[in-house]
Amino acid sequence: MADVSAIGKKLKKKFPNAVTKVKTFRGELTISIDKDYIERVAKFLCGDKASNFDYLSDLCGVDKSRLGSSNTFEVVYHLYSLKKNHRVRLKVEIPASNPIIDTVTNVWKTADWHEREAYDMFGIIFEGHPNLKRILTPEGFEGYPLRKDYPLKGRQPDSLREVYRKGKE
Amino acid sequence: MGIETAFGDNILTTSLDKVVNWSRKNALWPMPFGLACCAIEMMSTVAARYDLARFGAEVFRFSPRQSDLMIVAGTVTYKMAAVTRKIYDQMPEPKWVIAMGSCASSGGIFDTYATVQGVGEIIPVDIYLPGCPPRPEALIHAVMEIQKKIDKESVLDD
Repeated sequence: MADVSAIGKKLKKKFPNAVTKVKTFRGELTISIDKDYIERVAKFLCGDKASNFDYLSDLCGVDKSRLGSSNTFEVVYHLYSLKKNHRVRLKVEIPASNPIIDTVTNVWKTADWHEREAYDMFGIIFEGHPNLKRILTPEGFEGYPLRKDYPLKGRQPDSLREVYRKGKE
Repeated sequence: MGIETAFGDNILTTSLDKVVNWSRKNALWPMPFGLACCAIEMMSTVAARYDLARFGAEVFRFSPRQSDLMIVAGTVTYKMAAVTRKIYDQMPEPKWVIAMGSCASSGGIFDTYATVQGVGEIIPVDIYLPGCPPRPEALIHAVMEIQKKIDKESVLDD
């Protein structure tokens, strides 16, 4: 695995306002990004010759609203470069009361379904997403089940089952 | 004895119900609705060792239009619920349903937002078969119970 610390420095130089924190833990680089810059940072990391992150291996949401008093959600991007064989993790914090962030589907097509899952589970809205609808739960599902305020044994309203019970008519 | 003496040796009289029920119960064509590990036991039931063919129910049809016994084997999620209902509706009458295993019967260990708490919430179930997963013998027993149930039916009820 190549040394990735240079990428953090380069990114900080290119977007001084975007990078809020750079952290390396056991050789893994994690960069915190301001939410307004995520699309630009993603485009840069994908297109830049030295970093060349051509593969988005994962995108997920985190509910940190009950962690301390931050009251935020987080979107985490795991990037990988097939050519350079190195990885980086991007973290973006967004307010839990208004969880909106720009889509990265224009940069990596694979973000499409990942963002739909984050929307389905956390209710994070990805602005500019071509088809932002639920992916794992059916249409008509109520609530966002992976949010911390969702009840442990949450039940769906009877109206959802009623649709199937009736069947053809 | 009775009217049969007038017909000679080749003719046997019986009731229509008996003939229809006999043919229905000994030629069940299951629709395998395998959703989880129960499906493995279901496959085992059809295979050589347990040989469901002994009870006339070996012709597993992957088309609902050709089957009359739906075996729901596994966890039914809400995402799958619509499909389950659709396939049930596509099966021609008369039809029967076995809810195989804890999950299909009651949701089992999956007491969560994503799981339907028993397929009975969506379609009418004839036999609830307990077990996690049930052994092939248990599924054979369920099929035999269905056969008993069919035997009690009447064509006049259809």
